[in-house]
Amino acid sequence: MTGQGRTLRRGGFLQDLRSNRVYLLLLLPAVLYVLIFCYIPMGGVVIAFKNYNYSSGILGSAWVGMKNFRFLAISNKLWTLTRNTLAYNFVFITVGMFMEVSFAIIINEMRCKWFKKTFQSFMFLPFFISWVVATAVIQTLLDYDSGLITRMVESMGGNMVNIYTTASPWPYLLVFFRMWKGVGYGSIIYLSAISGIDQEMYEAAEIDGANSWQKVFRITVPNLVPTMVIMFLLAVGQIFRGDFGMFYQMVGNNGVLLETADILDLYVYRAMSSGTNLGMSAAAGLYQSVLCFATIMLVNFIVKKIQPDYTLF
Amino acid sequence: MQITHRRHRRIPANEAAFRALGYVALFLFGMLCVVPFYLIVVSSFASENSLIRDGFRMIPTEWSLDAYKYVFTNPARIERAYFNTIFVTITGTILSLLMSTLTGYVLSRRDFKWRNAFSFFFFFTTLFSGGLTPWYIMCTKVLHFKNTYAALILPMMFSVWNMIIAKNYMKSIPYEISESAKIDGAGELTIFFRLYIPIAKPLLATLGLFAALGYWNDWYNSMLFNTDENMQSLQYFLQDMLSTIQALKQLVAQGNSELAKGVTLPTTSMKMAMTCVVTGPIIFLYPLVQKYFVKGLTIGAVKG
Repeated sequence: MTGQGRTLRRGGFLQDLRSNRVYLLLLLPAVLYVLIFCYIPMGGVVIAFKNYNYSSGILGSAWVGMKNFRFLAISNKLWTLTRNTLAYNFVFITVGMFMEVSFAIIINEMRCKWFKKTFQSFMFLPFFISWVVATAVIQTLLDYDSGLITRMVESMGGNMVNIYTTASPWPYLLVFFRMWKGVGYGSIIYLSAISGIDQEMYEAAEIDGANSWQKVFRITVPNLVPTMVIMFLLAVGQIFRGDFGMFYQMVGNNGVLLETADILDLYVYRAMSSGTNLGMSAAAGLYQSVLCFATIMLVNFIVKKIQPDYTLF
Repeated sequence: MQITHRRHRRIPANEAAFRALGYVALFLFGMLCVVPFYLIVVSSFASENSLIRDGFRMIPTEWSLDAYKYVFTNPARIERAYFNTIFVTITGTILSLLMSTLTGYVLSRRDFKWRNAFSFFFFFTTLFSGGLTPWYIMCTKVLHFKNTYAALILPMMFSVWNMIIAKNYMKSIPYEISESAKIDGAGELTIFFRLYIPIAKPLLATLGLFAALGYWNDWYNSMLFNTDENMQSLQYFLQDMLSTIQALKQLVAQGNSELAKGVTLPTTSMKMAMTCVVTGPIIFLYPLVQKYFVKGLTIGAVKG
């Protein structure tokens, strides 16, 4: 009753529209953008259930039901792709977090200022370049004929494999270069979290005779846990989305390497760019989106039960 | 004197190990990050023969400027790619800054009636997406993105995450400031541009640098949409150079008869020279960029 009375007094929806009109106008570009690039394409997932071809368009193409999904499942691709995407991301997240936290602590504890500054900016450098430039980096280090590391290994009597014809080293290479590019940047978030820790705790620990190791493991690390949890949740929500840029530039369409380094995102792109397989590509994409959505919901639900402060939404 | 000196030196073994470990780890990782860049730069000044004979070295055995000479024999395509990237980076950064801050501003206003509904409307797109294929069909069939600047600018123009950062930052600005301005008769736009934007400079610096870096390093949209060489970005051009020797030959061949005479191209050093030419500007910006990144990252918690 009271609610109704209030709206009546204000003059209702039209009145609200008028008093919020500037805000609505300012929102318009972003709303249109999101409608065009996010919401309307969401409706486009119907392609996954169709035999899509360009000339007849989305509405004109014939329905095929679950055929695209069935084909994906039968071809056995889906399982490998899902497993690879999941496993790579899981390793990226865990190794990444370990290294980022470690380096944040190391940098924070370092006394020698010039050393700290210089090497921190070195660590930051790879973040600024694209994965395209990173392929040139790989060439200087690992090129089968003239790479620095290849030559060093050879001069010590070892034998290097040609990384572009051997699939087995790629899981390590991908993890390595992902860390190489991301750790410098990622550690900054933890560095700023460390600077927020109450200094009195360290002073009290010092008076009690704690050494540096104890201070790190009893004070710094426990205080970083909330930040770690948030970063972990944000990353886990995207665990079925691979880093397309990295995988495409480093592995691309090299059939041999795809044996160990194929992920869902690469498959979706390949199926799409070949042009003949849009329905299949959309099906794989939808499968990926649904998995992502389910993980986020599940993770958030679990966190809400255990520790409501850490939920994403 | 002697005693204090000795005392200063004597640190417990586990403390020494703690510090040494830190120095070693940071040194190794830092070198790992910087040495490849150094190698790229010096190798671009190395002669092709020395690269083939002795491999990539910290100090090349033979210096040469051939790589750069060949890269710039026919600079038209490089210049065009440079122009495209600079134009797209500037336009895109400005547009994306405007959009994320304006939207964030509106959603941070307590007196905006539907702020929660709209916040959810935006946030939902980070939870679920239609995938690449429907998006691609939208861009090509409905919006006709093929070989346009729109194809390079629009796909990265608005990011919900940046908008959320902006919203949280604006929320931290005391509401009373705008209240008093309103009493003085200022409209929403005046409040935004005259009051909020000057206060939000660190936010603008951070989001702006993120956007600029994204646009500068973009090759993906060129790959998807722009088949015309004249409409491609610098990074895509580099990708083309790095992946095919054919592209290198093409770059030099037009208007150069030496190739016809059977002169072999310094392909390896040329690739390195191209990488330097493409990456150069962003590295010069690096000290400035780094300063703002470190400062700006602490602003605007990620939580929606």
